[in-house]
Amino acid sequence: MSNLVEIRDLHFAYGERSILSNLRMDFPRGKLIAVMGGSGCGKTTVLRLIGGQIRPQSGEVRIGGEVVHQLDTQGLYRLRRRMGMLFQFGALFTDLSVFDNVAFPLREHTDLPEELIRDLVLMKLNAVGLRNAHRLKPAEISGGMARRVAVARATALDPELIMYDEPFAGLDPISMGVTANLIRNLNDALGSTSILVSHDVHECFAIADYVYFMSAGKIVAEGTPDDLRVSEDPYVKQFVNAAPDGPVPFHYPGATLADDLGLGARP
Amino acid sequence: MHRKTIDVWVGLFVLLGLASLLFLAFQAGNMSTLSFGQTYSVTGRFDNIGGLKPQAPVKSAGVVVGRVGDISFDDKSFQASVRLDMVTDYKFPKDSSLKILTAGLLGEQYIGIEAGGDDKNLAEGDRIVRTQSATVLEDLINQFIYSKAAEGKEGSE
Amino acid sequence: MIARFFGYIGCSAREGLAGLGFAIRNFFILMRLSPGAFRRPGLISEQIHFIGNYSLLIIAVSGLFVGMVLALQGYYTLNQYGAEQMLGQVVALALVRELGPVVTALLFAGRAGTSLTAQIGLMKAGEQLSAMEMMAINPIQRVLAPRFWAGVIAMPVLAAVFSAVGVLGGYLVGVKLIGVDEGSFWSQMQAGVDVRADVLNGVIKSFIFGIAVTFTALFQGYHAQPTPEDVSRATTRTVVIASLLVWGLNFVMTALMFNK
Repeated sequence: MSNLVEIRDLHFAYGERSILSNLRMDFPRGKLIAVMGGSGCGKTTVLRLIGGQIRPQSGEVRIGGEVVHQLDTQGLYRLRRRMGMLFQFGALFTDLSVFDNVAFPLREHTDLPEELIRDLVLMKLNAVGLRNAHRLKPAEISGGMARRVAVARATALDPELIMYDEPFAGLDPISMGVTANLIRNLNDALGSTSILVSHDVHECFAIADYVYFMSAGKIVAEGTPDDLRVSEDPYVKQFVNAAPDGPVPFHYPGATLADDLGLGARP
Repeated sequence: MHRKTIDVWVGLFVLLGLASLLFLAFQAGNMSTLSFGQTYSVTGRFDNIGGLKPQAPVKSAGVVVGRVGDISFDDKSFQASVRLDMVTDYKFPKDSSLKILTAGLLGEQYIGIEAGGDDKNLAEGDRIVRTQSATVLEDLINQFIYSKAAEGKEGSE
Repeated sequence: MIARFFGYIGCSAREGLAGLGFAIRNFFILMRLSPGAFRRPGLISEQIHFIGNYSLLIIAVSGLFVGMVLALQGYYTLNQYGAEQMLGQVVALALVRELGPVVTALLFAGRAGTSLTAQIGLMKAGEQLSAMEMMAINPIQRVLAPRFWAGVIAMPVLAAVFSAVGVLGGYLVGVKLIGVDEGSFWSQMQAGVDVRADVLNGVIKSFIFGIAVTFTALFQGYHAQPTPEDVSRATTRTVVIASLLVWGLNFVMTALMFNK
């Protein structure tokens, strides 16, 4: 099983603040891999580095053998045509209808005639269950539906790599189930590689082939969902069991309560 | 909005702008008097052209019959040489005279052409000999002062 | 203390220069990507509709009132010198040379400029521009360039409409209301307004203003932080910077053009 995406010795920082350090990840072809962790652990940054939106300080990200940050603009755009990305909350073009949103990549990157594009778009919308909503504007559909339209748009060109940034954030349980099913089925139907960034344990464990757990820019655990469910690692345990306190502290670091109330000074 | 509808509105928009521009050029500006018609040039020399500017009208009997073209300095006769572009329809005798007049009291200066009595008419490139320069205010004042002084002298003698 | 003051000035100057250089670099990027935008004239004409047509009402109404007020004020002063037949010329020259291009540019900055800044800023905040980039489409070419050229085309059109409606407004007040002689109103105007020197220079001015104002609006929107506070600050910055640019450029152009 060859890897489509490989991350080796990756370091990334914003000025002084280190976001990612010493990252090593493999994303095999055809698999659905979840990258999980608490807020601010750096998972969205990983997606941005894979997509070439930002450059690492050291280390490399390889897609299909090519080092992403060494590509020129042409090369990067060529690479991106083989990728689909789902942004948090969809990032649909608000001035276009649902239909035009999904048709956008087709119209921009192919010379297909309008009739063919119409058929393709309706089929993509059908795959996400929103074919009859194609005339509506993004403002007229719910958040969950907008997310699904974004999935249709991201997969319009049948990409080899699909990246999902927090696809379950803010969804009701039904929509979450629908979206999770969609992600899994699309991955299998298209034969693509999917990278899922999320902190929803239940849904991710249900559909992922492999999971990476991140905390403070490092990988703290990795394995199949089954392995991780029975893991003894304190961080994984806290996350999987949704425990309020553990390796990830409840309190923001600083002075203790006794100090703040002036009790500590008393002899 | 449908693509066709937008195109129609944009077309109307640009047309409106063009119409405004043409209105400004013709109704408000001097486009209509910019003679694209045929003209023939004659020249005249003046001792002093005062405030005469190019594009100033050349009038006869109050009607515009041409425009002032180039104004240059002739350093052999030390006079101003003015080229007049006359409308071809209007012919003037060779001995016509030129005067520099002022429109109103403080208005712009223009050239008045008065027909002479010659049988032959002005042709392209001819030079008009009889010219009267512009009245310079300072000379008028000097004249006035001298004449007053002369009167005073006569009176006291 | 004094050293710190000078240090502050030095730093601000350097920041200002860096900002200026950054803006100019962005301008050249926009220019470089414009030919790609021209291959999609539909996008540009769509933007002309949103930027130009939707500004027509306020421009026309403003032009009308400016023309009418000019006629009123002009009449009061000219009448004192018995020169009221010059009213047409005064109104037309003031509009065509200065008020048309400048007031249109200021109104444009307020109406279309702020709407452009807010739109681009919100698109950026909603990650629409990033999404476009990830789809291998350059957002500067697809989103910014068409809006830029639409603004550059719309501005002279709007200025011409402003001046024309203003002249008509001056006619309504001067001739119909006050009673200045209609014939001398138009003939003195035609005698004084030169197509090349006055009307054409006015068009050139509004063209330059179009470039300055539209670019400022797009630049501020594109570089705003993706928060509501900063998008709103960016719209304010657009109006302030665009207005200052218009005044500065107007002074330079007037000095160059109208020195008979």
